[in-house]
Amino acid sequence: MTNVAEIQDAVREARRVRVRGGGSKPALSLRDCEDDAQLLNLTTLKGVVEYQPDEYTFTARAGTSVAEIGAMLAEEGQYLPFDPPLAERGATLGGTVAAGLSGAGRYRYGGIRDFLIGIRFVDGQGQEIRGGGTVVKNAAGFDFPKLFVGSLGRLGVLTELTFKVFPQPPAFATVTADFGTLSDLLSALDAVTRSAIDLHAVDFAPTEEGWTLWARIGGLPHVLQERAQALQTVVSAGAGQTRCLSLYQDQKEESLWQAARSMEWLAQGMGLVRIPLTPQRIPAMEEALNGSTMATRRYSVGGNLLWLGWPDESTSESGEEDSSRDLHSLLLALNLQGVQLIGRARRSPIEGSGIDTDGGEDPLLGRPLQNAFLRRIAAALDPQGKFETW
Amino acid sequence: MSGHPLIGALSRLYEADRLLTLPAQLMAYESDALTVFQQRPAAVVIPQDRAEVVETIRLCHEHSVPFVARGSGTSLSGGSLPIADGIVIALNRLDSILRLDAEERIAVVEPGVINLKVSEAAKPFGLYYAPDPSSQSICTIGGNVAFNSGGAHCLKYGMTSNHVLGMTVALPDGEVVELGGESLEGVGPDLPGFFVGSEGLFGVALEITLRLLPIPETYRTVLAAYDSLHAAGDAVTAVVASGLLPGAIEIMDALAIKAAEVGAKAGYPTAPALLIVELEGEESAVEAEFAQLMQLIEETSPLEVRMAQTADERARIWKGRKAAFSAVGRLAPDYIVQDGVVPRSRLGDALAEIDRLSASYGIDVANVFHAGDGNLHPLILFDGREEGALERAEELAGEILELCVDLGGSITGEHGVGMEKRAFLPKMYGPLEMQAMEDVRRSVDSQSLANRGKMLPVGEAESLTHVGPHPLEKAGVIFRE
Repeated sequence: MTNVAEIQDAVREARRVRVRGGGSKPALSLRDCEDDAQLLNLTTLKGVVEYQPDEYTFTARAGTSVAEIGAMLAEEGQYLPFDPPLAERGATLGGTVAAGLSGAGRYRYGGIRDFLIGIRFVDGQGQEIRGGGTVVKNAAGFDFPKLFVGSLGRLGVLTELTFKVFPQPPAFATVTADFGTLSDLLSALDAVTRSAIDLHAVDFAPTEEGWTLWARIGGLPHVLQERAQALQTVVSAGAGQTRCLSLYQDQKEESLWQAARSMEWLAQGMGLVRIPLTPQRIPAMEEALNGSTMATRRYSVGGNLLWLGWPDESTSESGEEDSSRDLHSLLLALNLQGVQLIGRARRSPIEGSGIDTDGGEDPLLGRPLQNAFLRRIAAALDPQGKFETW
Repeated sequence: MSGHPLIGALSRLYEADRLLTLPAQLMAYESDALTVFQQRPAAVVIPQDRAEVVETIRLCHEHSVPFVARGSGTSLSGGSLPIADGIVIALNRLDSILRLDAEERIAVVEPGVINLKVSEAAKPFGLYYAPDPSSQSICTIGGNVAFNSGGAHCLKYGMTSNHVLGMTVALPDGEVVELGGESLEGVGPDLPGFFVGSEGLFGVALEITLRLLPIPETYRTVLAAYDSLHAAGDAVTAVVASGLLPGAIEIMDALAIKAAEVGAKAGYPTAPALLIVELEGEESAVEAEFAQLMQLIEETSPLEVRMAQTADERARIWKGRKAAFSAVGRLAPDYIVQDGVVPRSRLGDALAEIDRLSASYGIDVANVFHAGDGNLHPLILFDGREEGALERAEELAGEILELCVDLGGSITGEHGVGMEKRAFLPKMYGPLEMQAMEDVRRSVDSQSLANRGKMLPVGEAESLTHVGPHPLEKAGVIFRE
């Protein structure tokens, strides 16, 4: 697909349409298609349409790579503060919006939903519709840009996106701290997130001996050291036992977050699942994961998001039934939802539900998403069911 | 429609003092803050709990009677204007903060909770609710949600939409659904984001989960006077280009300054233009940024610079700014507030053109605006007792909106389309977009009952109380389809 007209024709002519971008979230985009579905590759619908540094906005076609945008903005000292993930794996803007992905920096100024201000999309009848606008503030009409964040290509094909951007802080610093137990870590998390310290990001992850917390601040360089010390004080003043406290700056600091954005911690061959939650749900989640040493993970956005590395059933050698590997049921039991981004999770059939819970390759795990509001919106935008249903 | 079966059904649901049908009782609900419109509804109901709201909506659906949910009636776009022969659901008694969880930094509130009450309740925990519309001491969260309200401080942290995590809503047929949750992140389409700002067309929010933020450690506010609006605009450009990210950047022109002076005795300097810039955050960071800001401002040759040294001084600066709207009422008997947005770099062009329009119409326009995000609030002053004055004011308002669209902006930044600007939405969006919005609306609300006549033009008759054509009809601003 190199232009919108081709997409429109394809939507009009095909019985069903599936969309892919850079393939960095293969569980969403590279699944086996139904025989009668046409796969639209959007990576060739790319390029920046307009970038106005003075306005702190840019417009680009959906297939434009996140990495290219990051480089373009950096030249002007600007950035997308929500740390769009998986850029190194080829993520596109459209795919990032459709998957609804924000990274660690979402904590400070908001996520992709807060920075996407305008879209164009091809609806289920092949019409290209514009939503939102190109100015940073706009309350006119229905907010289609927000609707398309996380829409997984099921409401329409995104063709063009307008984002607002922010000035990048001239310098960053990160305080890391090690804790022996989860409860110590959570006390420190509570202290630091309720303090008046303007945190750009707060992530944490289990280690061999306990837990590590990363807290990031940014701003003018000459006061950063002083602020980082204040941050260290808050981190270590919690009820928790801080084992080791370190301060990172400059290139070393940047590489910490670069690694987070590209999910470097995720072992080769493992699946990746994104699970929104809140800090209070973390103990239950950890208890549920307990004993399953196969799960590697990183909590992000101040404990509002779990990136979970989980065995990929599509490449798994063992055919044996192991219910502990059933992530779908685990999330259901916790009343949580997840989206599979890489790989495939096992789903055990639920007794007596009468539903085909195998769900094939459905990347949506846990509590069902379906509700009357979404159903009615989808019926309006895709009356003939060209896109995947919810 | 006193004999209408719906009224009968409602009278079984509500005691007499919570079902208003007498003209004298209805009068208070005939209008909102856009007072040029008045419309008497068939009845006003005052539910006390969520179940009554849902049952009312269900009954309206069953009887095909349109309804309008209403909070404090502060809409500047006529968003809560009643519908003739429709029902007004006054949500003011659903005013409980159901839960305030400091650890999760969320507040779960009912729609009738006053905006400022949320911050007051959160204050003991060191938290606050960021969106601060000028009417925050009276407007409700339900109304803020319906119209995606902004405020002076949404430059840095966004509007209502950026602070709503989840909602329980009653769709226009009474079906209750949960949207979003308590996490900052979600799975699937951002349905809370789509509901916020839908101007009541998708139903009524019954419970809203709000994100709270830690109260900034300190604020530094500077007020600078300039010899022209253009000079103040240049200062904004310099501040924005510097990479500083202030919490608010506001400009007021001479007439607005005068109004603020008369209305709030703000003690502002007398000048053609005033700029207010506020930084917020950690003490040491704000101190360093403020030094940079002051240097920038000195370079823009201001006539006078004042820094707020204390919380009182800061409060006084904001009091004048926030009172400007109502204070304009002291300068002229009537006024219309507009809410257009232009790209920041076109602010100067927009202001010059508004100035020109004001002169050519012979109508005073006071300008107050959120300069940081290009959101203009021209206050168009007129005397409604003068023959044709309202029509001319509306015509001027219309030209300003078209100007905003022509410059690549929006017809509304934070007040919503409502009743007032619905004729202008098709100027911003093409027929395909209008159709898509109508399709979604019809799919969600098959009978177009929820806040019928707002945002989107509808087929059904919209009768207003005026004898003969309403002045706004003559001006082409509203239509009786």
